[in-house]
Amino acid sequence: MFHDADALLLARFQFGFTVSFHFIFPAFSIGLASYLAVLEALWLKTGKSLYLDLFKYWLKIFAVVFAMGVVSGIVMSYQFGTNWAVFSDRAGPVIGPLMAYEVLTAFFLEAGFLGVMLFGMQKVGRRLHFFATLMVAVGTFISAFWILSVNSWMQTPTGYAVNPEGQFVPAAGWAPIIFNPSFPYRLVHTVIAAYLTTALAVGAVGAWHLLKDSGQAHARKMFSMAMWMAALVAPVQVLVGDLHGLNTLEHQPAKVMAMEGHYQSHPHGAPLVLFGIPNDAEQRMEHAIEIPRLSSLILKHDLDAPLAGLDTIAPENRPPVKVVFWTFRVMVALGFLMLLLGACSLLARATRKLYDWRWLHRFAIAMGPAGFVAVIAGWMTTEIGRQPFTVYGVMRTAESASPLAAPAVAASLIAFVLVYFAVFGMGTWYLLRLMSHAPQPHEPDLPNTPAHAAGITPGPALAAGSSPGASHG
Amino acid sequence: MADSTVLTNIWAAILAFAVFMYVVMDGFDLGIGILFPVFGVGRERDTAMNSIAPVWDGNETWLVLGGGGLMAAFPLAYAIVMSALYAPLIAMLLALVFRGVAFEFRWRDPAHRHIWDFAFTAGSFVAGFTQGIMLGALLQGITVSGRAYGGGWWDWLTPFSLLTGVSVVAGYSLLGACWLNWKTDGETQNHARRLMRILAPVTLGAIGAVSVATLFLGGEYLERWFAMPAVLVTAQVPLIIAILTWRFARSLRRNYELAPFVITLAVFALSFVGLGISMYPYLIPNSITLQMAAAPASSQAFMLVGAAVLVPLILAYTAWSYWVFRGKVAHEGYH
Repeated sequence: MFHDADALLLARFQFGFTVSFHFIFPAFSIGLASYLAVLEALWLKTGKSLYLDLFKYWLKIFAVVFAMGVVSGIVMSYQFGTNWAVFSDRAGPVIGPLMAYEVLTAFFLEAGFLGVMLFGMQKVGRRLHFFATLMVAVGTFISAFWILSVNSWMQTPTGYAVNPEGQFVPAAGWAPIIFNPSFPYRLVHTVIAAYLTTALAVGAVGAWHLLKDSGQAHARKMFSMAMWMAALVAPVQVLVGDLHGLNTLEHQPAKVMAMEGHYQSHPHGAPLVLFGIPNDAEQRMEHAIEIPRLSSLILKHDLDAPLAGLDTIAPENRPPVKVVFWTFRVMVALGFLMLLLGACSLLARATRKLYDWRWLHRFAIAMGPAGFVAVIAGWMTTEIGRQPFTVYGVMRTAESASPLAAPAVAASLIAFVLVYFAVFGMGTWYLLRLMSHAPQPHEPDLPNTPAHAAGITPGPALAAGSSPGASHG
Repeated sequence: MADSTVLTNIWAAILAFAVFMYVVMDGFDLGIGILFPVFGVGRERDTAMNSIAPVWDGNETWLVLGGGGLMAAFPLAYAIVMSALYAPLIAMLLALVFRGVAFEFRWRDPAHRHIWDFAFTAGSFVAGFTQGIMLGALLQGITVSGRAYGGGWWDWLTPFSLLTGVSVVAGYSLLGACWLNWKTDGETQNHARRLMRILAPVTLGAIGAVSVATLFLGGEYLERWFAMPAVLVTAQVPLIIAILTWRFARSLRRNYELAPFVITLAVFALSFVGLGISMYPYLIPNSITLQMAAAPASSQAFMLVGAAVLVPLILAYTAWSYWVFRGKVAHEGYH
């Protein structure tokens, strides 16, 4: 019933499924942690309770998102060994230390300060609490730094040698490995994506409550903040995305060919394929709608520049075009819609209709999930575009997998799908329910925050009362 | 070569430390999950949950360090062990998903709180049980062919691995009860003490059973423990255990709060050292040594620089976080 090829395909599905699901949560928590730090800083600076209310409101959402990110993340740290044993053995000496640094510099930092961030405001005071929030926010960024360095190394491997056991080992120090050619672009592109994703989610929640009550002060504040973010960062993201694409063209041309749907080479200016039906079997684009020479203009900044197609790549090294072509288009289309939303919000701001333009609010609500979809689409583009390699150009996916029987992988894949949809489906439902309530003045804490636990430092009044000097006062 | 041997041993020690930290720290919060059904719905369960809510995430991070560190420092062992333990490992990961989200979800959905409480218990139990099974599966040996796992995907399942599974569940439960004895008061604390009286002898019996069964798994374990000079250490073990048991019983009788937890930790530490003596210098008994599995010195050295600075720092701020939430957990910790 099963063959080795099935086991490989199932293992790929399982990794893709678990990593895509996982990616949703950090994409939100990276941005949300920073947003919380900003809100708390504004509260400390201005003393306005509005910011504290918003902080507590989003903190409850952050707690749920973060818990889901943690548990889906633990799965990832073991998936390499369970399903990609050969890859782990061979690439471990290079990527393992980077992942160990992620644990040591980021995961512990986040986890160590999360408890204080969630439950410790009463216990440690404002300043120390703000420090804890900052550490969690910084931790999410450091985590992105290391894991994207690992991913980038798999895309554009540099600085390695191969030892007699067939393992990749560092050749000359760690800088060329960590700062491999695609890393700076991928890091900036992904972190901005996380910020945009959060801004769109926050904006949608704000817009939802503005539609119900356009005078709601909390909804106004978060909608305004989110729209500033979208307006300012979406254009930057388009620019960074373009640079990232040019970097990919330089180091992974086959991926760009798949993204562009260029099966054939174009010696005199390549067209931009807007839409089409990729046919991998016959290596041609069907029903293509094209704009002549635009692809050459975008990628080479020259209308007549020649662009090579997949016909220049050995058949066994070609990535599958079908998925990459479409996921890339989904990401780009959503990116331009984000740009449009940002522009509309600027227009609304200029005409003082930011809180009253109902179509803008509806647009913002529709764009609420856009960041998540774009992040997953972009991730699929870059990961499937790397195929048929795990370490681009040097180690094939087919030779990376564990020696597992297909039924074992099929069983675990089914288990992951069932559990993830059930658990994270419920989690998403709880998130939506939290978001459906508008933030209130005197927004309540997390329901399980310890209020008057023993061991807390005595309050000033109590301390003064028990001090020797008090009796003279 | 000498340098790389030292490095490899240092990394073995660091990972052993990470695993031990994980076992005792997630041990008590998994234990609380396992014991959850016997706690009263409402105040008692809420108190038990609140006593670990601020720290469970940090506790579980040691598991990530164990996995990530093994991949980095001993990639060959990581590759072989993880694929050999495929089924119990996947079960453990899914169990940790259930019990991890339960911390948040039970508060978000009071109408279905019993479902998430069940998820918390089932997840904690399966996580502890599979961890014990994996320990047993490793001790009884893993079939290696070349640089890969060479056995079937049910090899881990034996009476011995089931015994270690049950033992770990018992040990975690005892840790959990001791933690609650320390962190709560009133009826919850009394409840924890009653549980400790049952769980302490069960755990002790389980450790004894696993120790004896391990000796008869294969020739090497028996030799290792009863040849000179190891037997000099071996001979002390019953004495140490007897002293610890006496101290535990006394601390329970005198209603000490912290002492039983510390003594249980000592028993865990002793068992852990015993495991180390059984295993060293192997990572996979009788087939893969630490040296064979080691990543190149350049990888281990690069990580050691970070670990030397960061692990003490991590311990410092983790201790601070525990300090912030020190003392008894409030019953009415809600606004």
